[in-house]
Amino acid sequence: MDIGIVGYGCYIPRLRISVEEIARVWGADAESYKKGLIVEEKAVPDMDEDTVTISVEAAKNALLRAGIDPEKIGSVYVGSESHPYAVKPSGTVVAEALGIGSNVMIADFEFACKAGTAAMQCCYGLVKAGEIEYGLAIGADTSQGRPGDALEYTAAAAGAAFIIGKDPLAKLEGTCSFTTDTSDFWRREGADYPSHGARFTGKPAYFKHVTSASKMLMDKLSLKPADFKYAVFHMPNGKFPLTASKMLGFSKEQIENGFVVNKIGNPYSGSSPVGLCATLDVAQPGDRILMTSYGSGAGSDSFSFMVTDKILERREKAKKTQDYIKNKQNIDYGVYVKLRRKLRV
Amino acid sequence: MRMPHKSSVPLFWRLKDSKYRLIGSRCTTCKEVFFPKKNLCPVCRRRGSIEDMQFNGNGRIVSYTIVRVPPEGFEKYAPYAVAVIDLEEGARVSGQVVGNITKVRTGKQVRTVFRKIHEDGSDGLINYGLKWEIAE
Amino acid sequence: MRVAVVGVGQTKFDEHWEKSLRDLSTEAGAIALRDSGIDGKDIQSLYIGNMSAGRFIGQEHLAALAVDQAGLIPIPATRCEAACASSALAFREAYFSILSGEYDIVMAAGAEKMTDLKGTDAIATLMGAGDQEWESAIGLTFAGLYALIARDHMQKYGTTREQMAMVSVNNHRNGVLNPLAQFPAEITVEKVLKSPLISDPLRLLDCSPITDGAAAVILVSEKIAKRFENPIWILGSGQASDTLALHHRKSMTELVATKVAAKKAYEQAGLKPKNIDLAEVHDCFSINEIIAIEDLGFCDKGKGGKFVEDGKIARDGEKPINPTGGLKSIGHPVGATGVRQIADVVKQLRGEYGNLQVKDARFGLALNIGGSGATSVVNIFGRDKPK
Repeated sequence: MDIGIVGYGCYIPRLRISVEEIARVWGADAESYKKGLIVEEKAVPDMDEDTVTISVEAAKNALLRAGIDPEKIGSVYVGSESHPYAVKPSGTVVAEALGIGSNVMIADFEFACKAGTAAMQCCYGLVKAGEIEYGLAIGADTSQGRPGDALEYTAAAAGAAFIIGKDPLAKLEGTCSFTTDTSDFWRREGADYPSHGARFTGKPAYFKHVTSASKMLMDKLSLKPADFKYAVFHMPNGKFPLTASKMLGFSKEQIENGFVVNKIGNPYSGSSPVGLCATLDVAQPGDRILMTSYGSGAGSDSFSFMVTDKILERREKAKKTQDYIKNKQNIDYGVYVKLRRKLRV
Repeated sequence: MRMPHKSSVPLFWRLKDSKYRLIGSRCTTCKEVFFPKKNLCPVCRRRGSIEDMQFNGNGRIVSYTIVRVPPEGFEKYAPYAVAVIDLEEGARVSGQVVGNITKVRTGKQVRTVFRKIHEDGSDGLINYGLKWEIAE
Repeated sequence: MRVAVVGVGQTKFDEHWEKSLRDLSTEAGAIALRDSGIDGKDIQSLYIGNMSAGRFIGQEHLAALAVDQAGLIPIPATRCEAACASSALAFREAYFSILSGEYDIVMAAGAEKMTDLKGTDAIATLMGAGDQEWESAIGLTFAGLYALIARDHMQKYGTTREQMAMVSVNNHRNGVLNPLAQFPAEITVEKVLKSPLISDPLRLLDCSPITDGAAAVILVSEKIAKRFENPIWILGSGQASDTLALHHRKSMTELVATKVAAKKAYEQAGLKPKNIDLAEVHDCFSINEIIAIEDLGFCDKGKGGKFVEDGKIARDGEKPINPTGGLKSIGHPVGATGVRQIADVVKQLRGEYGNLQVKDARFGLALNIGGSGATSVVNIFGRDKPK
């Protein structure tokens, strides 16, 4: 029996800060940042939102679409690099809030921006092995970026959740990962903000891993770019996924439905998962979707999904990605500083 | 000064079903519903029989205020909206209303959202629970 | 058996930076004893109201401390707590202890020291009087609770923002002449409406202040009362309870506990609302005075705002309310307020209140409320000994 995504859902906080507003504070040239990053604004968590609350809201949408008894979920894996606690799992709160019960495997994942897709692979493996009926995989972040750093223009908050099991709305045809020890971006224990290797994050890091994993998967499944209706690549900014897709031979049309970075920024572990949600919101039965994430350190997880006719009724059961993108309120840098606790009070 | 009970782990832990998922209770004898849970029906007394009940998370604002001078522990959230809400099934609760607080009005339909409620300083527990948002 | 009040005492209500709770309670007790002419040695029991010394100053076991400091060891001492209605409760317990025949001379007191905590901590401490799990835990404050009540009253009855402001204006006008008041200053409706929002629609000048202070009264049996020239008699006393959480009430615009307590007190006194010559009511927030006027039967439900607007509550009006300044102007040391109100009613009925005197006052009422109305205490007093 087919295994894949039974239910999906995303959550994007409603507050936004524009690239112009951040550039204004640092005396930077907003137009060149907007053009260079292809980002207009990014989603910012409110004072009472964090990775756990984003995960719960995204997972509620996934449950609405799946229409299953939460107690049938046998694993909950939350991938993030902004878990609220250094020690104490995010997943236990999420599971309890969803009414999943206590007969469940839970662990928090961290692998820079690909922890959410790693969680999807684990759930897939457990379902395929017959150990669990359904697994819940979440990628969510309230990303950090040092004030004044280039990251500040993109580091955003959002998340997506996927329930993996049988009778899917998108069958998982295959997955693989390309992983090496490449230190392009990191954050030490106790450090408030991540450090990164600037231009080193490009060619040997993002592009090498994203293209290698995608090619490996297409080889494994004997597929070529033209076999996919849609593709989603991790979106640290707008430029990287556009370049990667061109390198692999995908057209702009194939990636534009999942291209959310210009409106919400880069929610790290939530980036390609939210892109996948946006794509599933519009996909038709028979459409094939490629998703390749990227996590610094470094690795890429690549997936091929075949959309089934279950998508048509299930996707209407919860809020869509565009609903969240449209429901927004812009804030200024002062409020942003207060919300992100960059202000010592 | 942190209020000592706000650092209490069991105090919040025993309420988590109600705080996270809006589990209340109902008297199967007289059908009266309770949120938060009661373990004694005030009408049926010892003839009452109480069981847990899941509320659906939809409600309507009866009255509201914007708290601008908060108590200890809520300073960073202020100003915030608090409303008295009639739940669809019949009980009444107080809750924070999130989102654009200038749009909060009596009569608006609301539904639950999962949020942080209170943090016990920077090294204590984070208490999560349900707040409310205006249903579009 | 009848019981009378023969001595009253109140410290100045203020931010008493140099005085502790023990200083204040001893001071109020001494004033009441001096006022009565009774020797401290003759007091047989003490009942003291206090809301939260444990949180405000870290001191529990307060009643023993009070008799200790007053040099009254070893008489029994009992602390009563019902949030802001704590000392009205202490007064009732003192009353019952004499009615039971056990004692003839008893002191009832109330004391609170609030300013040792900073503002946000004091607000959180006061919220201990709300539902800790379902009101305080979501960030509600008492200003917030009464704001929810005020909004509902405005929605249902058309009570206006200006009418609520007029409550504060009236009470401050009265308090100007009260030497024991914390804020003896006149204010205007405009000033109230321009004061900072605390919890919409309530503003700073709708709210009673944070105050240190104590008050005490001396109650005696009929037998002892004969020795006194001007005893003031307890005619009726009622107390009632309601749900702790505001949201559990069917109506937020009336305090059922007040209605029940008032009915009992009126019945015992054989009086009707129209017989009351003055009332000290619990104006912790301006809206609460409007609701008190309605619930005590001085006007119909929903007409309290108009009653205030028409000037009926002035000291020389049809129904003087808070003629000495109310909680708003005098201050609100929460555990002391109930006995302070009783002391003021007694002074009015004695006819010795100078500039603050309500003319020809024969019957006076005191209404003390705990929390958002979960406890209500109504006591009615008379100048003449009842039959």
